[in-house]
Amino acid sequence: MKKANRGNLPAAIFLFCLLFLWQLGAMKVNAAYILPTPIQILKRLWELRVALFTVHLPATMAVTCIGLLISVVLGLALAVAMDWSPLLQKCLYPIVVASQTIPTTAIAPLFVLWFGYGIWSKVLVTVLMTFFPITITVCDGFRAAKTEMSELLQTYGATRWDIFLKIKVPCALPYFFSAIKMAVPLSIIGAAIGEWLGAQSGLGYFSRRMMTQLDGAGVFAPIVLLSVVAMLMVAVVGLIESKVVKWRGES
Amino acid sequence: MSQLEFEHVSYQYPSEDFDIIDDLSFSVEPGSFHCIIGVSGCGKSTIFRMTNGLLQPKSGTIRVGGRPIGEQNHYCGYMPQKDLLFPWRTIGENLALPLEIMGGHSKAEQRELIDDALADVGLEGCRDKMPDELSGGMRQRAAFARTMLTGSDLLLLDEPFSALDFLTRISMQEWLLGQWEKHKKTILFITHDVEEAVFLSGSVLAVTSTPIHALTEVPVPVGYPRTRECLTRPDMVALRENLIDVLRKQVQP
Repeated sequence: MKKANRGNLPAAIFLFCLLFLWQLGAMKVNAAYILPTPIQILKRLWELRVALFTVHLPATMAVTCIGLLISVVLGLALAVAMDWSPLLQKCLYPIVVASQTIPTTAIAPLFVLWFGYGIWSKVLVTVLMTFFPITITVCDGFRAAKTEMSELLQTYGATRWDIFLKIKVPCALPYFFSAIKMAVPLSIIGAAIGEWLGAQSGLGYFSRRMMTQLDGAGVFAPIVLLSVVAMLMVAVVGLIESKVVKWRGES
Repeated sequence: MSQLEFEHVSYQYPSEDFDIIDDLSFSVEPGSFHCIIGVSGCGKSTIFRMTNGLLQPKSGTIRVGGRPIGEQNHYCGYMPQKDLLFPWRTIGENLALPLEIMGGHSKAEQRELIDDALADVGLEGCRDKMPDELSGGMRQRAAFARTMLTGSDLLLLDEPFSALDFLTRISMQEWLLGQWEKHKKTILFITHDVEEAVFLSGSVLAVTSTPIHALTEVPVPVGYPRTRECLTRPDMVALRENLIDVLRKQVQP
């Protein structure tokens, strides 16, 4: 653990230098409504802590978690379906890819019209942005399973279900965790975009409101909060991964 | 009664316009040790893949223990060239695979069978190790133990030692003969190493042409148990050179 921390030291120093340059630059520009300094942002974060942590963070987290959950279920279901039947793969794959060519931000206002200002229009934006990497990555994981291993189990009399459980699932597990690590930040971004476009609460909504008030530090404060939450969530996923996945790739 | 019998068996790969196995008949008596030897790509692995049911013959009948293989399950243990130990399972869990799939054993029974099998191949205490902690020879022995746990009397070993270094290979050959003498299984062993074939086999089954119409049976003039010294006997040296000659004719330089 200590060694890992020492490995992060250069990154920390570099980050600090960047922040320092930002601080100097922003002080020179001296226009907090468009370019606040890091210190101003932290100050604003502290001033707004009650509203941010009790109202807007929970709202955004609700969207993120529901969206992520639906994405995982949907993404896994699609991946399993495409692995199970080549016909389904032929039908679904182009649609899954096409769904990613939709500029979500552009049509999200429509979702608000369809589903209202409640949580579900934001969840839809989140799911649209998040399920794709899960589907594709887990699908690749299934495909990484070696035919020779399946054949060996077949000579023992294994069914497709046996092969799925004993080979495909373990092969896809590391891929699944990679997918989740990609999906977590995407789901937070999705939730924030959804809120930006139309909402009554949430960090995205709050950031936009501050924009209309020309409060530069107030725009940044919720964004900093979002980044920190995303990093924490990815770290938690990494921790679970290191407990569950004991191997990666072929030895 | 023969342990394994091919009767007028043919096979054609979909991508080829000829039968790689063409009207092949041969039989193997119970308790024997035969090596099938042939140049790369001659179709010797195809014989195995039909026997273990991974490929369906175009025509003809394959019998194991007197009955067509279509009517049976778990009649042969197949060990491929790579050890194919699953890297996410411990050695013990790898050995459990055939038992899990065939079913019919409680966890405790499985554990007992696995411990016995590991002790049998000299891997006591490796049950909870991961495959990447084992050397090449140990991995092959674990894979062999897994094959033994299929409980079949017919073992099909497809070049199991070809990826090992020379010294490990020759000690694994001696070890395998010991296992065979102890368990009285019928072993068919594919190799392209003439010395290995001569050292292991009661008689060598040589593939002398592709497509395969017949296997040429070449008896080895030494009884069991054997040591590597027998390879220096003049008749063994002559046999080896003879086989090399026959095989070389098929290799286009």
